[in-house]
Amino acid sequence: MSGPGSTASSPGMRGSEDLPTGPASLSSHLKSRLGSRGWLDLALPVVFLVLLVFAAVSSDTFLTENNISNLLRQIVINGLLSLGMLVVILSGGIDLSVGAVVALSAILVGVLMESVPMPVAILLAISASAVVGLVNGGIIARFKIAPFIMTLGTLSAVRGLVYVISETPVVYDDPAFLSIGSAEIGPVPIITLLMIAAFVLMSFFLNRTTPGRAIIAIGGNEEAVRLAGINVRLNTTLAYVICSTLAGIAGVVLASRVGISQPSVAAGYELDAIAACVIGGAILGGGGGSVRGTFAGVLVLGLISNLLNMYNVQAYYQQIFKGVLIVLAVLARRKER
Amino acid sequence: MSDAPRIRMEGISKRYGAAFALRDVEFVAMSGEIHALMGENGAGKSTLVRVLSGAVPADAGVMQIDGVAYHPRSPHDARDQGIRAVHQEFSLVPQLSVAENLLLGELPTLAPGIVDWATAHREASQSLAALGFEGIDTHLRVDHLGVSQRQMVEIAKALRGTPRVVILDEPSAVLSNKELERLFAVLRAFRQDGGTVVYVSHRLDEVLRISDRITVLKDGERVGTVETAAVGEQELIRMMVGRPLNEIYPARRRPPVSELLTLHGLSGPGFHEVDLALGTGEVVGLFGLVGAGRTELARAIFGAAGLSSGRMSLDGQPYRPRSPADALRAGVAMLGEERGRDGLVMPASVLDNLTLASFGQLSRFGVLRRREQKEAASGQVEGLDIRPPVLGRTVRMLSGGNQQKVVFGKWLIRGARVQILDEPTRGVDVATKVQIYQIIADLADHGLAILLISSDLPEIIGMSDRIIVMRHGRVAGEVPASEATEERLLTIASGVVGMAA
Repeated sequence: MSGPGSTASSPGMRGSEDLPTGPASLSSHLKSRLGSRGWLDLALPVVFLVLLVFAAVSSDTFLTENNISNLLRQIVINGLLSLGMLVVILSGGIDLSVGAVVALSAILVGVLMESVPMPVAILLAISASAVVGLVNGGIIARFKIAPFIMTLGTLSAVRGLVYVISETPVVYDDPAFLSIGSAEIGPVPIITLLMIAAFVLMSFFLNRTTPGRAIIAIGGNEEAVRLAGINVRLNTTLAYVICSTLAGIAGVVLASRVGISQPSVAAGYELDAIAACVIGGAILGGGGGSVRGTFAGVLVLGLISNLLNMYNVQAYYQQIFKGVLIVLAVLARRKER
Repeated sequence: MSDAPRIRMEGISKRYGAAFALRDVEFVAMSGEIHALMGENGAGKSTLVRVLSGAVPADAGVMQIDGVAYHPRSPHDARDQGIRAVHQEFSLVPQLSVAENLLLGELPTLAPGIVDWATAHREASQSLAALGFEGIDTHLRVDHLGVSQRQMVEIAKALRGTPRVVILDEPSAVLSNKELERLFAVLRAFRQDGGTVVYVSHRLDEVLRISDRITVLKDGERVGTVETAAVGEQELIRMMVGRPLNEIYPARRRPPVSELLTLHGLSGPGFHEVDLALGTGEVVGLFGLVGAGRTELARAIFGAAGLSSGRMSLDGQPYRPRSPADALRAGVAMLGEERGRDGLVMPASVLDNLTLASFGQLSRFGVLRRREQKEAASGQVEGLDIRPPVLGRTVRMLSGGNQQKVVFGKWLIRGARVQILDEPTRGVDVATKVQIYQIIADLADHGLAILLISSDLPEIIGMSDRIIVMRHGRVAGEVPASEATEERLLTIASGVVGMAA
């Protein structure tokens, strides 16, 4: 689960990959892993397992094929959004506009399908989403505007644009499109596989590529990165483009899964994405966060809302519960500093 | 003298991260004593002073003032207990007048809330006159004063009321010789009245003249306390650096010099019409007081700051970098003056930091070649003896000296033809310094052109082939290493006598 050699190991910076350079350093290697963050790496999977066992024991509906397949679909949207949010958070920023971008994509794909073939419509919807990221990142990197403010602006502007495009809900009846959200390979929904593929790719991107490492380093110390001859503007912009592109993909997935897109859809989704990253150990402002942790955060959040739904707990209580969890996660990590 | 010492500090320890800034330090000063605190940059002088003045709490240790336990909760608290500090960075409010600054928090009033300005200015003038600082108009805003006048206002402010201890942190840096004499007279009078002065300085001549006793710190530990009258310059140096001076700076091969980088009338924010030539295999020192424009000039050469006019050429070709990336492509690299700000990504690993400037060479189509990346980094970890030798360790966890080695390693992996070094040994221990000096000498021997910026006079004299001195953004003089003395460089840098070489 957290072996040093696993490819999905955290790309985050703290204690992420202690590489011993000689046999003598093995003990210090182990010590630094377990000493600094080891128990927290384990904490989330443990919480997840406890929840899982609790759910399985206490409810006879939880382990039904129907519910599991439902759960696997429910986490996809937040999974994709959290992954994009992680990249932006690692770069030292934040993106509040992802919920609006999901709506843009979810509406746009339907409107476009009236005039162009489905694959083209999907591609255009995702491209439009990517443009939002280009605007976000470009302006943030070029003019040093606070990411919070900039993306708050695009949140409002893009949401407005969605209503301009379609005030009424867009209904999807093309079976080919709807099958994206419903098709399964074996017992696993395709969209869940898509999400997992995104996590694996992102892990590779953040761990092994120069833009990935650069984005993480920018979040740690932008000036040092600039003085090392790396193009900070380009890489910062890239982070926002990745985030918005993933939000665009999430919009298409959402539309095909639900079959109808309100212009008000996905409002507040950015907060769930930030929550998953933070629960998974990301540090707002940069300097920490991992793909693995974010994945765990997504799973835990998804499981909790699935459970609470099963027990018919009102949505308001769910919100309270989630809020408490976020604060607890941050408090637990505060101690290690 | 009373029986209890004025200041008694025992077992004082202070850690920043993994590094000890102070380790079990003892410091005792009597009333009616001028006690100098000496040591190299990073020896812990400033930290000890900050603990004493309440700016930072110690992690361990006890303090007594006149035999009474002393736990300052803040600089303000320390002030109230009669402990005053004059720091290198000024604590005056620039927008307020001299009088307001001197009487801050105790302005005389006519009625509650109504300031009695006439009395305020009279009192302020009296305070200044009592110290012999008559020439300062108390109506002037502090930001309209020169640095040395500000320093005097600062000192006058510290001496107001009846302080028991006055701490001066490198007070001479901005003072002329005449002003320094004035200050010494003030300090002697204060000592006469039973006051205690803690005088922090790295300038030997000054300390030998003014102090009664000297405590030397090195690497955060106390080396010893000596009677000034009983100690010589050589002995003090040995105490500060732990070895005779001539073993610190490495011998150089000095290959023949051919011109590599030239600046012609280069101007930009902070520097004006600078002409400078840098040859292969040469270490050129760039000295100047704070604000002389050295760092600004260096950043412009590295493409990190703009130019307004002038031109540069590199190896005969026009050279005009618009970004650090441009400069690096041309073979010009810079190690920045503050490693925390310019050099390191603190939460990132040693591996990432070492290879940060070389991502291009260590990747193919944007994908890092892991093996080559690790080999390059391991090479530096071994070569520079970075401890602990763990590539995945975050640099935040390393000591200051090892952090600085990581910054060096980053530029060694990248490789360059011109290497600018801005304060390359700031805040590192002596052993690491010696190592860094050896690296610099090796680089020069391999034909690199080195521009060495340093405020550490022995260092810049010991390492450079020639030294260029800047003042107010202009080149004020050039001195061959063989003729350089601390006094001569300071004279040119401060422009006191105006004897540009």
